Amino acid sequence: MLQPHKWLPKTLTGIAGLDEITEGGLPTGRPTLICGAAGSGKTLFSLEFIVKGALQFNEPGVFMAFEEKAEELSINVASLGFDLDTLQKKNLIKLDYVHVERSEIEETGEYDLDGLFIRLGYAIDSIGAKRVVLDTIENLFSGLSNQAILRAELRRLFQWLKDKGVTAIITGEKGDGFLTRQGLEEYVSDCVILLDHRVTNQISTRLLRIIKYRGSVHGTNEYPFLIDEEGISVLPITSLKLQHDVSSERLSSGVPSLDKMLEGKGFFRGSSILVSGTAGTGKTSLAAYFAHETCKRKERCLYFAFEESPSQIIRNMRSISINLQEYVDSGLLEFHAARPTLNGLEMHLLTIHKMVRKFKPSVIILDPITNLITVGSVSEVKGMLIRLIDFLQSAQITVMFTALSLTTVVNEQTDEGVSSLVDAWLLVRDIEFNGERNRGLYIMKSRGMGHSNQVREFVISNEGLSLVDVYLGPDGVLTGSAREAQQLMEETGVVLRTHAVSRKDREIERKRMVLQAKIESLKEEFESVQEELNKNYVEEELRKEVLEKNREQITQKRHHGNTNEPGSESSVNG
Amino acid sequence: MAGKTTKSVAAIKNLNKLCEEYLKGKYVIEVIDLLVQPQLAEGDQIFAIPTLVKKVPEPIRKIIGDLSNEEKVLVGLNIRPAK
Repeated sequence: MLQPHKWLPKTLTGIAGLDEITEGGLPTGRPTLICGAAGSGKTLFSLEFIVKGALQFNEPGVFMAFEEKAEELSINVASLGFDLDTLQKKNLIKLDYVHVERSEIEETGEYDLDGLFIRLGYAIDSIGAKRVVLDTIENLFSGLSNQAILRAELRRLFQWLKDKGVTAIITGEKGDGFLTRQGLEEYVSDCVILLDHRVTNQISTRLLRIIKYRGSVHGTNEYPFLIDEEGISVLPITSLKLQHDVSSERLSSGVPSLDKMLEGKGFFRGSSILVSGTAGTGKTSLAAYFAHETCKRKERCLYFAFEESPSQIIRNMRSISINLQEYVDSGLLEFHAARPTLNGLEMHLLTIHKMVRKFKPSVIILDPITNLITVGSVSEVKGMLIRLIDFLQSAQITVMFTALSLTTVVNEQTDEGVSSLVDAWLLVRDIEFNGERNRGLYIMKSRGMGHSNQVREFVISNEGLSLVDVYLGPDGVLTGSAREAQQLMEETGVVLRTHAVSRKDREIERKRMVLQAKIESLKEEFESVQEELNKNYVEEELRKEVLEKNREQITQKRHHGNTNEPGSESSVNG
Repeated sequence: MAGKTTKSVAAIKNLNKLCEEYLKGKYVIEVIDLLVQPQLAEGDQIFAIPTLVKKVPEPIRKIIGDLSNEEKVLVGLNIRPAK
């Protein structure tokens, strides 16, 4: 991102974030004007430019102070870790205090500011300085009354600086209507930066704006910056082009039953997750589980607590058998607690940036973000979160937000505003039934993966979190004790039914046997009838046979004549 | 002073004249050429050329310019012209 420009050489300032905004730093060999009201950070800015130049880029620098004495400067910046005395001893920087006091001066005739040039030249040559700061040269105006000479000399000075080839910073106090009180912007027009210090709603924000940068493309927005114990940090812009790599790796949430609802694998690495719900629904517990799981994988987790203190969270999580203290001790888990109303939104963003860059976590948690709404409007919070999510996504850091829903209706402004930005949204809702309140967990959305659309009951016990299938009874969803009652009832029903079934079975069996017996008897009847029929038939046959025989006999007898033979049988009854 | 410029030459000339007139025997003039000794500029807090630094008696005064305005020089040196 920081490519050397072919047409305009730039000097890196070493001030965090500024080099990105200016795409390379300040114009080399040219004077830059930094203007701002008193206390906006001009001196610190220019001092950091010199110090970083000496320490990081091996460019010695000269700091010409017109306001503070050299010793005062040293003391004032010692707290930032800038050891001016050592640097001076090593001939890496040179501090020169120019004392201009009107009461001591008497102007008598023509003069020029060669003395200043000589001092400056001598200082630059003595250490081979490449960077120069004049802070704040407007003091000459308060000391000397001959404006004509002064302005002519200033013009000469800036040309002289250019000829010397040093990259210079000139500071100026903000004037009414003009950028500087004395109109220095006339002479210094290569690069002008304005520092502002604004207080809205009792919260102060420091802003930086590049008003002009000749020969270079620059962002024209206001960039917030903060001054902390390490100096100045300007919020770097992330390229909001939505062009960053994404990972397909999945991270477990720490709750196995929740992972099951997410295709069995969990969240995508580098994604953003929102857990929202009403008070006391277990959002922090879920977040703690996620943190715990991350540390178990030996990855670092950064936990931003905006409501509870870290020790409170650790203690509370112990009650659901999550031990976070061991990870804090081993350095895998770091807590950062702050009241949201302590700083403006931009400061929070900046602090998060700094800590993420320092600690390099793979997962961060913000719990909860709702309080940030009190600091800014919904659109401002949304803007800040967009930038945050973008930054984290490009760094492949997974982020989990918790948010408080103020009512049980799911379309509050915060949820609506934030939920569209995140990749996954879990909602924990109260289900109230029959005088009892239980929690249900819904996965409202989960980009890029299939997820269960069933609501599950979210149970928190002292063994931890778990998700239980809810019961779908005739009256709707049942949870908690109603579910258990229903379960019991159904179990009883089943027993009864089996019992009933077996009783019916036996009856049927009996009926069958009875019928079977009937069938048997009918069969026998049928057989006897058949026999009867047969008997008649046989008898008939017999009679016919006998008749035939008789006839035959009679016929025979007739033929033999009427011989009354004794003993001839003739059946009389033919 | 810083090198021989018209202003510096004029200033030295005027200074000598003034001192002879008002401070005869009671002054010491030290001419420092900053082109020769630039490091002295810082110690004496010089930024304008030419500058006359009145060291004694206190307070230190810086009288800058070619000293052509005699009245102002006298005020600066805290010399009341003898009437």
